Amino acid sequence: MTAATLSHGGHGVPTGSSTDGPAPKRIVVAYGFWIFLLSDIIMFSAIFATYAVLANATNGGPTGRELFDYTNVAIETGCLLASSFTCGLMSLAVHEESRLGTYLGAAATFVLGAIFLALELHEFAGMIAMGATPQRSAFLSAFFTLVGCHGAHVAIGLLWLVVMMAQVWAKGFRQTILRRIACFSLFWHALDIIWVALFTIVYLMGGR
Amino acid sequence: MLGKLSWDALPFHEPIDMIVSGLMILGVIAILAWLTVKGHWPYLWREWLTSVDHKRIGVMYCVLALVMLLRGFADALMMRSQQALAAGGAQGYLPPEHYDQIFSAHGTIMIFFMAMPFMIGLMNFALPLQLGVRDVAFPTLNSVSLWLTASGVLLTNVSLVVGEFARTGWLAYPPLSELKYSPGVGVDYYLWSLQISGVGTLLSGINLVTTILKMRAPGMSYMRMPVFCWTALASNLLIVAAFPILTATFAMLLLDRYLGFHFFTTDGGGNPMMYINLIWAWGHPEVYILILPAFGVFSEVISTFSGKPLFGYRSMVAATLAICVLSFVVWLHHFFTMGAGADVNGFFGVMTMIIAVPTGVKVYNWLFTMYGGRLRFTAPVYWSLGFMVTFVLGGMTGVLLAVPPADFVLHNSLFLIAHFHNVIIGGLLFGAMAGYTYWFPKAFGFTLHEGWGKASFWCWFVGFYLAFMPLYWLGLMGMTRRMQHYDNMAWQPFLLVAAAGALVILCGILCTIIQLVVSIRDRAGHRDRTGDPWDGRTLEWSIPSPPPSWNFALMPQVEGEDAYWYMKRRAREEPAGPGRTPDYEPIEMPLNSSTGFVTAFFAVVTGFALIWHIWWMVGLGLVGAFVTMLVFAWRDHDEMEIPVEEITRMDRAHRAETTR
Repeated sequence: MTAATLSHGGHGVPTGSSTDGPAPKRIVVAYGFWIFLLSDIIMFSAIFATYAVLANATNGGPTGRELFDYTNVAIETGCLLASSFTCGLMSLAVHEESRLGTYLGAAATFVLGAIFLALELHEFAGMIAMGATPQRSAFLSAFFTLVGCHGAHVAIGLLWLVVMMAQVWAKGFRQTILRRIACFSLFWHALDIIWVALFTIVYLMGGR
Repeated sequence: MLGKLSWDALPFHEPIDMIVSGLMILGVIAILAWLTVKGHWPYLWREWLTSVDHKRIGVMYCVLALVMLLRGFADALMMRSQQALAAGGAQGYLPPEHYDQIFSAHGTIMIFFMAMPFMIGLMNFALPLQLGVRDVAFPTLNSVSLWLTASGVLLTNVSLVVGEFARTGWLAYPPLSELKYSPGVGVDYYLWSLQISGVGTLLSGINLVTTILKMRAPGMSYMRMPVFCWTALASNLLIVAAFPILTATFAMLLLDRYLGFHFFTTDGGGNPMMYINLIWAWGHPEVYILILPAFGVFSEVISTFSGKPLFGYRSMVAATLAICVLSFVVWLHHFFTMGAGADVNGFFGVMTMIIAVPTGVKVYNWLFTMYGGRLRFTAPVYWSLGFMVTFVLGGMTGVLLAVPPADFVLHNSLFLIAHFHNVIIGGLLFGAMAGYTYWFPKAFGFTLHEGWGKASFWCWFVGFYLAFMPLYWLGLMGMTRRMQHYDNMAWQPFLLVAAAGALVILCGILCTIIQLVVSIRDRAGHRDRTGDPWDGRTLEWSIPSPPPSWNFALMPQVEGEDAYWYMKRRAREEPAGPGRTPDYEPIEMPLNSSTGFVTAFFAVVTGFALIWHIWWMVGLGLVGAFVTMLVFAWRDHDEMEIPVEEITRMDRAHRAETTR
């Protein structure tokens, strides 16, 4: 934009940003995916709000303090945070178009994510075996839904990761695949953010 | 094998249901047979069902909305006639369980499947054209959104024939909507239909927000965007921020119903008021999701037909964004009677009154735009003027309801019904009709018949006042909503007037149908050759009607507000030099994709199976949807190149028409 064309603007003042036309596809895809993540986080916030309201509605059943196993939760947290780190390493390998590095990073991310999921399911199974089922009380309904919803996201993430690796294997580092892997890593890091909130509100505050 | 599904699900024992569903099935079969006999399927499949063109998708959204308007209005006629008849000892012709389904279906269909698709359709159609770009940010995702919305529509209408619909009102409040009190499949139809179409709406919101923020023609800075783009931005931001709440809320109710959880039950520590809070935390922004695009339409219409730039463009943008933010802090006014206490009610009452301020700013801006302009009284202007009068009235009764003590008296009375129909019909529906008439020539290349359009307006306008003014009175007289019959004979005369009003509105709908038929028949006489039938101001009028799939042969260079108006003025002042031929370049356009349609097919299968507890079919549907996505992800070619010759030919033809 030259000064001459700008002077024709409605109010003669510099206006807004991005006056250079449509953004490149890479930016548009990542931006759209950010907006999706934002909406996903809002969905979580509705469940968080419900959990906060129902946290003390134990209906005479077990409370969080009686149920939570902090060693288990600590290992889960460690796995998930470490998987975010390996996901970052994978992104670096993708950036250098190194197949071996990508596969290794993805494998490490997958294994850590799977361990997280297995530990979570183990925790759920133990609680259900004790009679602390989601049907027992509103608190447990909210607990299983909130933690389970995050777990479901992790499971979908693992499936996505497998599909992406199959695509890298079959098609190599094409533009579309690079964009999708970038979205995947955004997704994976967002799950970490949600877990940090979940860890704080459910496990730390709920165990007092 | 088939879960809860058995022959009992079909309405053999209910004559009215049987006739209605029989007619509906016959209608669908007749249309399908006609398409098959005429051999239209290949065309339909190639050009529409698999299209990822935002204009086609927008048109299909609007068609869906118009068809659902008929369905929802049929419910309205039944309610009005039932209430006109069922006074004193008379029971009318609708038994309570049927009447309850009708008012639930009416609200659900009108909001989710008429109003939403209409607004999303108009935004889909007009936004990229106004922004000066060739498509939305994610064209295939757009098609997925459309077809997921259509899946919800299909499931809701299937409930008419197989099983039943919810009897719980359009928001399915617990504990009534819990399994204990609604053991049938009605609430499940409601929940799964809206979950599926809600995902479609959310994806559409993400798509359009990204389009507006990241895909604009060179020079189209924020403060040069047409106001419709601003209101669409606010509306879609609200979709992104509010629809996930709806998804989460419905998911919790589904867990209660399917797995015995205790979110909103009266036992086990559940809290039904939690649902009411959550649903309105979505529901109030939803009101503005619907009305904001309509405000945008009125802004475009008034400015175009007054031949003036919009008065107070910046204040209009500010008012739009103020409404966008404030819409999230007023939700509690839907249930002052919950008993949250005077301070909480006071806060939400005041916030509700404050949100009327930016709306008032807008009304004054429209008035001042007309002032000193040369208003051309076309059908879109009729709708806009009717809107201003009607909407202001509805807004004032809204402010009245925002006073908590008054609300305690009027809560759930017909006064409330009259209020929200006053703003929804007078605001959103008038806006949808104005937008439909305004952009129709752009979509199809000929204008709609003016006379029938104005006739339709007068019927709607008069019919609305006849149908809903008596309801204000009835509300003040103490009549509550959702009554299948009543004993107070003093109410009946008012309800008879209201029924007459509904019939006048019916005439309005018939006028719209006649208008469409007449306009198509006489289209040769109403041809829009220049692409600019209204002497428009924004970029969509700078291209041929209907536009080519690539919209703009050359990326427009935007140099001010009302971009096309400015271009036209400059072209008059400095005529183009001789022999100046633009350099056309080949354009990459996305290929058609059946992904949306196939995904929606599997969504219907999954939804139906979930409603009837047919678990193997749920698995089948989910695997099918996943495989569809994989196939999409695996394709190697997703774009085609439009050759320069074709672009040159189309653009030259259009230039020849406009300079003639």
